[in-house]
Amino acid sequence: MDIYKGYRGLSLEVLKKYNIPVWTDALVKTEKGDFRGIILPRSVNDDDRHIVLKIPNGYNIGVSADLVTGIEDVGYKEAHYKIPEKEFPFSPEKPGIKLFGTGGTIASRLDYRTGAVIPAFSPGELYGAVPELADICNLTTEKLFAVFSENMGPQQYKTLAVAIGEEIKKGTQGIVIGHGTDTMHHTAAALSFMVQNSPVPIVMVGSQRSSDRPSSDAALNLIHAVKTAAESDIAEVMVCMFGPTSDKYGLLHSGTRVRKMHSSYRSTFRTVGDIPIAAVDRDKITPIRKLYKKRRSDRNVEIHPFFEEKVAMIYYYPNMMPDMIDSLVENGYKGIIIIGTGLGHVNKPLYPAIKRAAEKNVAMFMTVQTLWGYTHMFVYDTGRDLMSLGVIPAENMLPEVAYIKLGWALGMTDDLEEIKKIMLTPVCDEITEREPYNGYLIFQGGIPEVEDFLSKIHK
Amino acid sequence: MQDYFDREKNIEKTRNLVGFVPFQKASGDLYSSLGFKCGLEVHQQLLTAKKLFCRCPAGLYFQPDDFEAEVIRHMRPTLSELGEYDGTALMEFKTKKRVIYRIRKETTCTYEIDDTPPFKVNLEALDIAAEIACLLKTNIVGELHITRKQYLDGSIPTGFQRTAIVGIEGSIPLKNKEVRIIQLSLEEDSCREVSDFRHDRIFTTDRLGMPLVETVTYPDLLNPLEVVEAGQYIRFLTRSTGRVRTGIGATRQDVNVSITGGTRVELKGVPKISLFPWLVHNEAFRQKALLEIRKILLEKFKGKETWRLTSCNFDPERLNLPRSHTRAYGKEPLSARAVRLPGFEGMLSFFTSPGKSFSDELSDRLKVVAGLEKPNIMHSEDGVFCENKDAKDFLLSKLGSKKGDALLVFWGPEEDMETALETIDERCLLLFDGIPNETRKGLPDGTTIFERVLPGPDRMYPDTDSAPIPIERSYVEKIESNLPVSVNERFSQLDAWGAPQDVRTYILRKNLMPLLQKLNLTYGADPKFLSCLSGHYIKNLEGKSGKNFPWLRLFEIFEYMESESVEFEKIRDVAKILIENPNMEIDSLFSLAGFVKRQRDEVLSMIPELRKNFSRIRKSEKEDAEKRWLMGKLKSFALGNIPLGELYGEIIL
Repeated sequence: MDIYKGYRGLSLEVLKKYNIPVWTDALVKTEKGDFRGIILPRSVNDDDRHIVLKIPNGYNIGVSADLVTGIEDVGYKEAHYKIPEKEFPFSPEKPGIKLFGTGGTIASRLDYRTGAVIPAFSPGELYGAVPELADICNLTTEKLFAVFSENMGPQQYKTLAVAIGEEIKKGTQGIVIGHGTDTMHHTAAALSFMVQNSPVPIVMVGSQRSSDRPSSDAALNLIHAVKTAAESDIAEVMVCMFGPTSDKYGLLHSGTRVRKMHSSYRSTFRTVGDIPIAAVDRDKITPIRKLYKKRRSDRNVEIHPFFEEKVAMIYYYPNMMPDMIDSLVENGYKGIIIIGTGLGHVNKPLYPAIKRAAEKNVAMFMTVQTLWGYTHMFVYDTGRDLMSLGVIPAENMLPEVAYIKLGWALGMTDDLEEIKKIMLTPVCDEITEREPYNGYLIFQGGIPEVEDFLSKIHK
Repeated sequence: MQDYFDREKNIEKTRNLVGFVPFQKASGDLYSSLGFKCGLEVHQQLLTAKKLFCRCPAGLYFQPDDFEAEVIRHMRPTLSELGEYDGTALMEFKTKKRVIYRIRKETTCTYEIDDTPPFKVNLEALDIAAEIACLLKTNIVGELHITRKQYLDGSIPTGFQRTAIVGIEGSIPLKNKEVRIIQLSLEEDSCREVSDFRHDRIFTTDRLGMPLVETVTYPDLLNPLEVVEAGQYIRFLTRSTGRVRTGIGATRQDVNVSITGGTRVELKGVPKISLFPWLVHNEAFRQKALLEIRKILLEKFKGKETWRLTSCNFDPERLNLPRSHTRAYGKEPLSARAVRLPGFEGMLSFFTSPGKSFSDELSDRLKVVAGLEKPNIMHSEDGVFCENKDAKDFLLSKLGSKKGDALLVFWGPEEDMETALETIDERCLLLFDGIPNETRKGLPDGTTIFERVLPGPDRMYPDTDSAPIPIERSYVEKIESNLPVSVNERFSQLDAWGAPQDVRTYILRKNLMPLLQKLNLTYGADPKFLSCLSGHYIKNLEGKSGKNFPWLRLFEIFEYMESESVEFEKIRDVAKILIENPNMEIDSLFSLAGFVKRQRDEVLSMIPELRKNFSRIRKSEKEDAEKRWLMGKLKSFALGNIPLGELYGEIIL
């Protein structure tokens, strides 16, 4: 065991010299006065010139290692960070819900290695932290992975899909998946394609403020998600996160139409190009959309756990050079999602590269940088040229969703015609026939009617 | 239980038992016999352009009802770094408060509403904090660690305050002793509370995030006057930097009080240092009273394990509650509980502070913890309830009360009844332990009310959003070499100037010493005159007009007086005009002040004619009547043109 956890260089030398491991309650004497406290582990990314102490009133301070003239060992107190664990109560009349853990800030604890929070997940802990869950359902949990959301990938998608399938066959009334928020919409899309015809709700949930903060959105999001899984009649893959930034209600977004739209806001997830399926609060679930797949009592779920990893997305920018595409082709990529400008365009110099890619049977689909709206490649010559070169417009599929779907399709077949058919046949709203006029709403602050709305309605 | 309880007699009796004397009559050794100990926490806002962790402007305030949007949050307890829950946190969670923040875009960005992580710490603020840490002679840390201090009362939307220790273990010199400093920390200010009603607490976020420093002393202050002296010293010290905010709310003090056998109780948000003595004095006796109650209870019961309250539901209609007792709940249906407190006769009206008894401690907690608005209890030791004999007898028999018991009732919406009952039980059981660790709010009448359970070190957590900031030795040395003169040196300087004692507070509070010294050096103005001018005359002007004096304009005025050979005494009249017209041109100031340039001889030449006039109208036989009359007549002509002392000399010639 590393008794000088995280220390290196000068500060490590000093601790070694006085034989002081971390968690020692110590009196550190320096040229500039004495400091008393518990020696804490140090984050590996911090410098090597300071020693961290937790002083008796709970504050942390750093002492300059080069000024240390002596350290006395006064005692030892190691931290045991543990949420009080309580067995989740069972009530026979309540529905059984399965919570899968993948990581993320819905449950997290302090990591002394990096100083940041790392995901932690234990069923009893959840009940200890959010006892309200027991009023809704009988919860069982399973920790599948413990990764940050940026480390979720095809392998995890497949494992998750299979696990969900098994759980549904066992008779669960609903599935909740705790997930980091950064790539939650990628995973939501993957599950939308890999888990089809689910008879029960599949709800993804996370938090924008880690659960080690008193005003975290984690608990309320989890309550909303569990309530949705237990009580709603919506049998789709959904993302359940805050509607407004206030602790008021959550929104249930379709797994293929949702996107993280702000780096830090609680209300970061928005349905793009459509309206959310429903709203959920502590008391009720209120449908917003009229049409959605209904809960059923059968167990006829289909699991399609496939994914081709050699798929890429390129975000077009003016002056993009053809070698960007050539290098993908040379590296054996089988599919490319192009995120084009406007209605779905790229510049002319890319044409030859696109042509070469098509000749190598690379599947290419066009999505739009504007996020809202459809590709319309017949409007301008550029669009027609691109289509004749083999780029297929992906309607109003979101770029990330198109990427996931293409990976999934290529995981099942190499036949380009078949791929095209799969891509353009919607599984669950990734392509919609119509865009409702209120599916695009980005309010502009400062305009009187918007300010009026903010002051009266939006909390 | 007897039918009639003589409340007044019991209060009198218990007050004598406690040995309470009012502060004015307290003798010097009273405090040492109580084992009185006090520590101070002085919060001082720093004068920076921007807030501590975001780029919003600091010091911009709006009326509480002037807001553009609202954000709602709830607070949940989380674990400390060492894996423990904090007591306060759990209690605050019980209160189930909905917290509403009123925001305006001028003062609030996504940081204040906790929708974005902190930006880099404001280095200007760190600079000022380091300077104050040096003045307090603390050991400056090698590395600043931003720590989260949990506050679940909603006063900060994140649920914690970001705070960092800049220095530890320092001292300040008082007249007769050194007072040790525990630490100086740099932290963000909290929201201003707008209201707290039932389960809704409303805050405004304009003040939130402004940088402030907190100076914490050891409990070295052994009587109320030392508390005042230390409070003043720290205030003068921070202001001597010239880089801190002044005005209402810019300096706020918390006082920690304990007596022998007691525990630390924090009196929070004391707005005026002059209130300290009453507050700490009364708090010492409140603690003494609670210890007396403990003694009595321990004579009656073996320990708290053997004491148990019983309770029952009943129809609140029986109480015939006046409208004032139920208004807070509007049309919500009400429930009521009656509680039998075995062996508690005489406890509910047991004196704790002037005008207060132990039942107030229960009532305070019901308001804070269960959200029951006051008045929220009635009991067997208050007159109103005893008059309602029917209800009382019904409940006594329903609860099977015995002689020596006390009875208490409370009412409110059913959903709050369980928490309320737990709260009563908890507070009563705490009597067996003595004095609960509490944060109490100081009131203008010198008493206090319960605010929350005093948080401990378990509410601290490292801020995982920010990296530690190294404080280089060379940086500290640079600050050390540029420190302002210490407060004690200032005191000696003022004495050397011959300044009266009563100008000290004003001059140091306003940090005027550097300015007065400069006026003295540049224009040769007499320092005693300058100290009285500011500490008496201008202080008085400010008090009367309610306006701030534009101090920096004094340079211009002295410059004018020097170049126009105006005697400095004229400044009083000018100051009177200036405070009302801070931007007025200098010529206009002097002419409005009635100044006309006259030669010395011109003024003196008026004397003989006036003497003649006086002899004609003379009525008084007093010797100096003529001199006084002449001075009066000539003063307005002389002011600014000839020193009044000199004029007097000429008159008595």
